[in-house]
Amino acid sequence: MTVTERQQLSYIAAQAADARVNLEIETEGMTLNIGPQHPATHGTLRIVAKLDGEQVVSAEPVMGYMHRGYEKLAEVRTYPQVTTLINRIDWLGSFANEVPFILAAEQLMEVEAPPRAQWIRTILFELSRIANVTLFLGDMAVQVGAITPVFFAFRDREHVLNQIEAATGGRFHPNFDRIGGLKDDLPAGWVAETRRAMGKIRAFCDQIEELVEGNEIFQARTRGIGVIPADVGLSYGLTGANIRASGVDWDLRRDSPCGLVHDQVDWKVWTHPDGDSFARFWVRLQETREATKIVDQLLDGIPPGPIMAKVPVIIKVPAGEAHVETENPLGVMGYYVVSKGDLFPFRVKIRSASFSNVSITPWLLKGVYVPDIITILGSLYFILGDIDR
Amino acid sequence: MSSTDTAEVADAAADADHAAEQAAAEAEALVERLRGALGDGLVEWHTDRGTLWVRVERDSWADLARWLRNDEGFAFFNFLSAIDWLPSPFGRDMDSAVDNALDPPEPAEPPATETGAAGGDTRFQLLARLNDVASGRSVIAKADLPTDDLRAPSWVPTYPGADWHEREAWEMFGIDFDGHPGLRHIYLPGEFEGHPLRKDYPLLARRVKPWPGLVDVELMPETNGGKDGPS
Repeated sequence: MTVTERQQLSYIAAQAADARVNLEIETEGMTLNIGPQHPATHGTLRIVAKLDGEQVVSAEPVMGYMHRGYEKLAEVRTYPQVTTLINRIDWLGSFANEVPFILAAEQLMEVEAPPRAQWIRTILFELSRIANVTLFLGDMAVQVGAITPVFFAFRDREHVLNQIEAATGGRFHPNFDRIGGLKDDLPAGWVAETRRAMGKIRAFCDQIEELVEGNEIFQARTRGIGVIPADVGLSYGLTGANIRASGVDWDLRRDSPCGLVHDQVDWKVWTHPDGDSFARFWVRLQETREATKIVDQLLDGIPPGPIMAKVPVIIKVPAGEAHVETENPLGVMGYYVVSKGDLFPFRVKIRSASFSNVSITPWLLKGVYVPDIITILGSLYFILGDIDR
Repeated sequence: MSSTDTAEVADAAADADHAAEQAAAEAEALVERLRGALGDGLVEWHTDRGTLWVRVERDSWADLARWLRNDEGFAFFNFLSAIDWLPSPFGRDMDSAVDNALDPPEPAEPPATETGAAGGDTRFQLLARLNDVASGRSVIAKADLPTDDLRAPSWVPTYPGADWHEREAWEMFGIDFDGHPGLRHIYLPGEFEGHPLRKDYPLLARRVKPWPGLVDVELMPETNGGKDGPS
């Protein structure tokens, strides 16, 4: 994977500008404590930044304010109980958290969900992506000082949350996925209502495009800011829209579909060559549109049949190890499940997307200006529950 | 099911078989190249459902990462963690734990046979995963760590992203990483004692309060036609 010429040029230009400033002004170092509130309150993250004037010399994120020890807690809970915990990892796209864990357990048990369950699972998976990323699209504008778009985001996200609630009973924590299928079938009229909601989300995307993407201030604040070259991003474990915005054409939904039916519909993986904050915003905007298309196509073809495979009432998972990862709203989320044939997992390693996505910040924030810290963090888009687990 | 459907299903199954065979052959070729690079450093390997596990000697841990990244194109660092294979000394953690709170039973040595894919000889085992984004290959790497000397070479020089993951493993399991730029707490407060993800670290909430019930599945009450009981 190589750095594109555009990325190199914008990076060199930024470095040169910084060097000029450093020559012109001699400034005294200071330490700035940012947080422990996330600027957009996706949880509590603290950043200790050492500054030279307006420029960051080094930045060190301090985490753990929300550490709940899910890996330890999962060891004393039965498999069906674990989904209640992992719902709360990325709380804006909860259903998507359950899917890889359930798939890992199913892999160990050699159970496969019936086709209808797989399709509904995929629909809900994409709905949680839309609910999650919609908020980002509004939120990103807040980072540069525009307040209105976030209200639009909250307004239109509600249409999706209503659909998730109608199907699962929970707006934020569905706890709906079961080993071998789903808890319930879809309620009557859900398909038509969801299709209407997808139309509203598409309209929202157009609105954000008009309001934010073309905005001169937004462009000035995000273009060429926080550039991540592809090879650096990969070596830090960046995933999701963050790495696709650096030109890496990699999406697990297309490249290794397991248990979900994304390969049954027609859609496109979006990438952007620039790797800056703007690119990350742009890729997420396209992905939201793409997700509505995926949902629309899936709604047309939900197969009939049962929603649960035959599984025992009390679930014992045969001994073995499985690692399943899926392309979640925030990036790749994986569960490494070790079973010893008992009621509870022996060990669950949760590979959450935000933890790796944020681990690049000490490298990325070096040399940027204080106001850009906020836009860069905003564009990386992390949920603190997904970092701290 | 019509005959065309049956044929399609059979075709799909044959395709899946073919893909699985191909993946297995590729994995084997990769292991052979790895054996050439590491020699005796490669202890054991295992494939299952398209996933490749390799277990290496601790001394080859850093070489493995370097080789996979530089020679094989595994540019993507997925995660690094550890497994403690000790069976929980507190039983299954759902038996009454109140009585044991002040007098926990002695930790027992693990039976060596209970380690998972690609085997293992020691209680602690490093666990990491790397991906090759371009070709879709992935490797799960393991390395045994002697219990009396929990240290391993750091992956940070090869994959800078390993920094936080190694800090987490250090904090949760007490594993030292040689060459890491600064092992310090990442989640827990600085004065925290102990390594919570070790199996012999008690989960206090479970020690002081009995678990409400082993079986969390309650069968629905039989419908009795509304004759008695609340309607």
